[in-house]
Amino acid sequence: MCLAVPARVVECLEGVRALIDLEGVRMEISLELLDDVRPGDYVIVHVGYAIGKLDEDEALATLQAMAAMAQADAREGAQP
Amino acid sequence: MKYVDEFRNADLARGLARAITQAVAPGHRYNLMEFCGGHTHAIARHGLRALLPPEIELIHGPGCPVCVLPIGRIDQAIALARDHGVLLCTYADLMRVPASNASSLMKARSQGADVRMVYSAIDALKLAQQHPDREVVFLAIGFETTTPPTASVLRQARALGLRNFSVLCNHVLTPPAMRGILGPAPGNETSAHLHGFIGPAHVSTVIGSEPYRFCADDYHRPVVITGFEPLDVMQAVLMLVRQLNEGRAEIENQFTRSVTPLGNQKAQALMAEVFELRDSFEWRGLGSLPHSALKLRPEYASFDAEQRFAAPYRAVADAKACECGAILRGEKRPQDCRVFGTVCTPDNPIGSCMVSSEGACAAHYTYGRFMTDMPTIAEKPGATA
Repeated sequence: MCLAVPARVVECLEGVRALIDLEGVRMEISLELLDDVRPGDYVIVHVGYAIGKLDEDEALATLQAMAAMAQADAREGAQP
Repeated sequence: MKYVDEFRNADLARGLARAITQAVAPGHRYNLMEFCGGHTHAIARHGLRALLPPEIELIHGPGCPVCVLPIGRIDQAIALARDHGVLLCTYADLMRVPASNASSLMKARSQGADVRMVYSAIDALKLAQQHPDREVVFLAIGFETTTPPTASVLRQARALGLRNFSVLCNHVLTPPAMRGILGPAPGNETSAHLHGFIGPAHVSTVIGSEPYRFCADDYHRPVVITGFEPLDVMQAVLMLVRQLNEGRAEIENQFTRSVTPLGNQKAQALMAEVFELRDSFEWRGLGSLPHSALKLRPEYASFDAEQRFAAPYRAVADAKACECGAILRGEKRPQDCRVFGTVCTPDNPIGSCMVSSEGACAAHYTYGRFMTDMPTIAEKPGATA
C-alpha cells in the first residue's frame, strides 16, 4: 500500500503537475506536496503524488558506507 | 532503474551479510521488528532471511494498512455501496479483504454494487466530477505516506464546491501503532522480546525521523529508518546489531537519500489543515489505540462520509481460525497459523494478512515458505538432479 517508486521528472506541467518517466513508462503526477522540483530531479512517487525528492549525493554516500561496512575487518564492532 | 539497481548489488549484499555474522555476539538474541509491510515484502522477496545468522530474528510488524483495517470498516464501505447506492472507489488492495458474511468489496460488486478501483485519490475526485448525479465516496486507507494525497484531493473538492464527493477516512498513524506494540507505558511493556525496529522509509519521508524519538527515550529501543531495497535492509540490520552490542538506543537514518529529521513539512501542513486526531481507533490485532488515526476536521464535515450517511462502524470479531491478530502483533509467524496455505491462500484469503502483497502471510506464501517450510533436496557433492 505504501509502495512508492523512484522516478525521473521529465517535464514540469501547468497546475503543479509533472510528467515522469518510469523505465520508459510516462505518466502525469502531482507536485503539490513538493517545492522546487526541476526536470531531471528524481522523486518518490506514491498514488499519483511526488512525496519526496531523492538526493543523489546522499545515495552515493550510503552506497560508499555500505561498501566500507561490507569490507570492514572481521572483529570490528563485535562484542566479546 | 536508478536508485533501485545499485541497491540490489549481490556482492555488496554478501559483504554486508559477512559483516553482520561477524558483528553478532554468539548466543545473543537480536529480535528486530520491521514495522512496515514494504520491508516484510522486500525481506521475503529477496530471501534476506537466508543471509542472516540464526541469532537474528526478523519479526513482522503491523505496518500494512490493509491488514490492520478491521472487518467492520469493510462492512461499512459495503453498506454504503449496497444500501446507499453510492459509487464507491478505493485502492485495489482493499477489494478482496474478507468482510462479514463471507462478503468483500469484490463480491459486493459482482452482486451489483458500484465499486471501482482507483490508482489515485485524484481519480476518485475525477469520477465525482464526471458523475454529478451520483454520490461518490472514496474509501481512504493508508499510513502517513498515503494521507497527504487524500488531504490534497479534499482541499481541491472544497475549492471546487463539489457536493457529491466524500471520503470514508481510515488513515492511521505509525508512531501510535509502535507505541501500541511496545506497550501502554514504559515500565508496563508487553514487548520485552522486541529489541529494535527497522523503521519505514516512505512514511518517514513525510513525517521525518523525529517522531520516533520516544522509542529511544522512553522505551530504550533503537530505530533505524530504512529504505526498501535489499542492501538498505542489510545495512539497517548491521546498524541495529551495532547499536544493541554497544547498548545504544538511537534513532538512526539509513534512508538519508530522502528522509530528513523534520520530513516533508508541506505535506504535514496539508494534513493538519484537513485532518485531526481521532480519540481512538480500532486496529485489527492491536485493539483500540488512542490518538492513532485521523478524521476530517469540522470545516470538512460535508465531505465526511461517516457524517453524510448513516453507516456507523460496528466492531466484528475476526474469523476464529485466523491468526492475523497475533501475527500483526509480532507474536506469531504466518506458518504458525493452522489455516495458512491450506484453507487460507492469496486466491481465497481468510484473513487480511493474506490479501495485500505487503501482508506477512501473502509475503511468506509467495516467497518465504520455499526457503523455510518446504523440505529441500540436500545439496550433496556429486548428487545428480
